[in-house]
Amino acid sequence: MPSRDTNVAFVRTEFIEPSPPPSSTQGPVAWMRENLFSSIPYSILTLLSIYFIYTLLAGLLPWLFGGVWDTSSIRECREVIEGTGGCFSVLSERWNQLLFGISYPQNAYWRPALAFVLLFVAAAPVMFPAVPRQLLVFTGLYPFLAFWLIWGGTILAPMVGLLGFVAGYMAFVQLEKTNGFAAGFFGGIVAALIVWLLGGFISGAMPHFIALEAVASRNMGGFMLNMILGTVCVSLSLPLGIALALGRQSDLLIIKWICVVFIEFIRGVPLITLLFVANVVLAYFLPPGTNFDLILRVIIMITMFSAAYIAEVIRGGLAALPRGQYEAADSLGLDYAQSMRLIILPQALKISIPGIVNVAVGLFKDTTLVSVISMFDLVGMIRGPILASTEWNGVYWELWGFASLLFFVVCYGISQYSQWLERQLATDHR
Amino acid sequence: MAEAQMQVSDEVAISIQNMNKWYGSFHVLRDIDLTVYRGERIVIAGPSGSGKSTLIRCINALEEHQKGSITVDGTLLSSDIKNIDTIRSEVGMCFQHFNLFPHLTILENCTLAPIWVRKTPQKEAEETAMHFLEKVKIPEQADKYPGQLSGGQQQRVAIARSLCMRPRIMLFDEPTSALDPEMISEVLDTMVQLAEEGMTMICVTHEMGFARKVANRVIFMDAGQIVEQNEPEEFFENPQNERTKLFLSQILGH
Ligand SMILES: Nc1ncnc2c1ncn2[C@@H]1O[C@H](COP(=O)(O)OP(=O)(O)OP(=O)(O)O)[C@@H](O)[C@H]1O
Ligand SMILES: [Mg+2]
Repeated sequence: MPSRDTNVAFVRTEFIEPSPPPSSTQGPVAWMRENLFSSIPYSILTLLSIYFIYTLLAGLLPWLFGGVWDTSSIRECREVIEGTGGCFSVLSERWNQLLFGISYPQNAYWRPALAFVLLFVAAAPVMFPAVPRQLLVFTGLYPFLAFWLIWGGTILAPMVGLLGFVAGYMAFVQLEKTNGFAAGFFGGIVAALIVWLLGGFISGAMPHFIALEAVASRNMGGFMLNMILGTVCVSLSLPLGIALALGRQSDLLIIKWICVVFIEFIRGVPLITLLFVANVVLAYFLPPGTNFDLILRVIIMITMFSAAYIAEVIRGGLAALPRGQYEAADSLGLDYAQSMRLIILPQALKISIPGIVNVAVGLFKDTTLVSVISMFDLVGMIRGPILASTEWNGVYWELWGFASLLFFVVCYGISQYSQWLERQLATDHR
Repeated sequence: MAEAQMQVSDEVAISIQNMNKWYGSFHVLRDIDLTVYRGERIVIAGPSGSGKSTLIRCINALEEHQKGSITVDGTLLSSDIKNIDTIRSEVGMCFQHFNLFPHLTILENCTLAPIWVRKTPQKEAEETAMHFLEKVKIPEQADKYPGQLSGGQQQRVAIARSLCMRPRIMLFDEPTSALDPEMISEVLDTMVQLAEEGMTMICVTHEMGFARKVANRVIFMDAGQIVEQNEPEEFFENPQNERTKLFLSQILGH
């Protein structure tokens, strides 16, 4: 075979440069023709949209950039601003109130802030499979740590809480091996209760042992309250929703009917009525003198509410699985718990992700409803103390815009994450 | 074929006595009596809706029977959970639609039950899995997902997955009827190989060539009853029952 170097007259020694594509298929002009002006009606639509966007920005940008940030009341704002401009001073002046509420101690703001930052560390191993699994230990400790940071008091309280769970789990493992699931389940609960009861005495007797300044629940407010309610309720309602969905398709009639009645009842009632129940009515059922924390009551209600919806979403996912998956799991000898955990739920939950995220986003926004039962979350803060004050009465756009922005950032983040997760999990289909 | 290895012992593997099953008020299985000896290869044939699937699904308790008794490997099938799980881990089953777990890789499909049910250490389970994947001739697919395999490959994985539990009995419910013709033979080859190794097998299938070659007994079912059973030679050449004749003329006729 002749080598390439030999100079044969009719053989080229280098490649021809690729010729550029015709300009009608490339470049900005072609792109615009294809995507914006492909037909006459479509061109009109494009022009209308451009005009619409222009008017929007023409109003918005001067308002944003002409705004003032350092006056002390709306009257001063009006004096300072010529033309258009937002009175954003309300945000800088009431920044802490918007985030933490009125009565959270000033010198303790770092505690919820730290808890917020640590939330990302705790959530990372759950949300991203690439994060080292060892971090899950921190995820397990986080709820107790966050409780201690936000509510303060002696560190014994969250430690007793944690110990109760550990004791309950160990009792469950031991008893389940020898006496079966039911014995393990109730044994675990009893063990946890004993630890909590005894520990409660001890931590009650030593309120100053490694203590942070205690903050009562009624002093929580601002966006912090929305974050607390949102995070706690989402993370509680997911397992509860799974349990309800499994219970609903259980063969045990009593369990099945309890779940059906619960789900259908909760879904048939507006959240706001449940919150009123939490606020007022629940007090009637409790023994007089018990001080059942308001935030806890609200958390229970919101959790039950969203758990019912999540249960229905997951039921859809379960129903979408072919029966063959259950049969294959059974025929291999997997027991109920194993086949649910390893085969059915991973697939059903994956199908349910969009629905679950929908509920989670809705739940997070619904935490603002607590303002109706006179809790001062972000919306409650704005509506109550801030807009009612003489300094800031009338600064609607800036405040509500800010509230919208905060919620939008969180909800958009959740929805982006869920889309990413769906793509990650899509490996098994073609 | 290695006839010597395909010996039937006189040890009973499955014994079904006077078994009846209803779906609601519909009487699907009537007075089934069947004794399967260790090492037997039984093919069950019959028209659609005759209860073939239901019968073999009763053997590993995917369906509950209402009357009579089923004894598998000396264990009486009752609604007691422990019992059922023991039997299921001794009896492998392959389905018409493979029923692989789509969210797990091929290897994970094969190691899941050994690890969780048999408590085999992961490494050992993976070695076993690779051994059986080699046996069904697809070790190179171990890290793929079921959705990336052809139907024939998926069915062979399903067989390997069952074998990883080291079952003493294998049940097949129309393992080839969801496959394209060119993939049928690769699955049948695997099954023939299993038979040659002495596995006790019960196959519901319409592959009469397979029945002739491998089975030592062919059972014909109609309307929930065992109508006729015989050695393949006799069964195909000299059917006794009218319904069997009709059925055979229909499926062999063209
Ligand atoms: N879950 C069920 N509920 C009610 N009837 C059923 C159920 N499963 C099967 N049947 C009925 O029981 C009869 C036997 O079904 P089976 O699946 O055992 O038939 P088959 O012999 O396997 O048929 P094919 O060759 O079509 O698979 C059929 O008439 C069917 O309609
Ligand atoms: Mg069938």
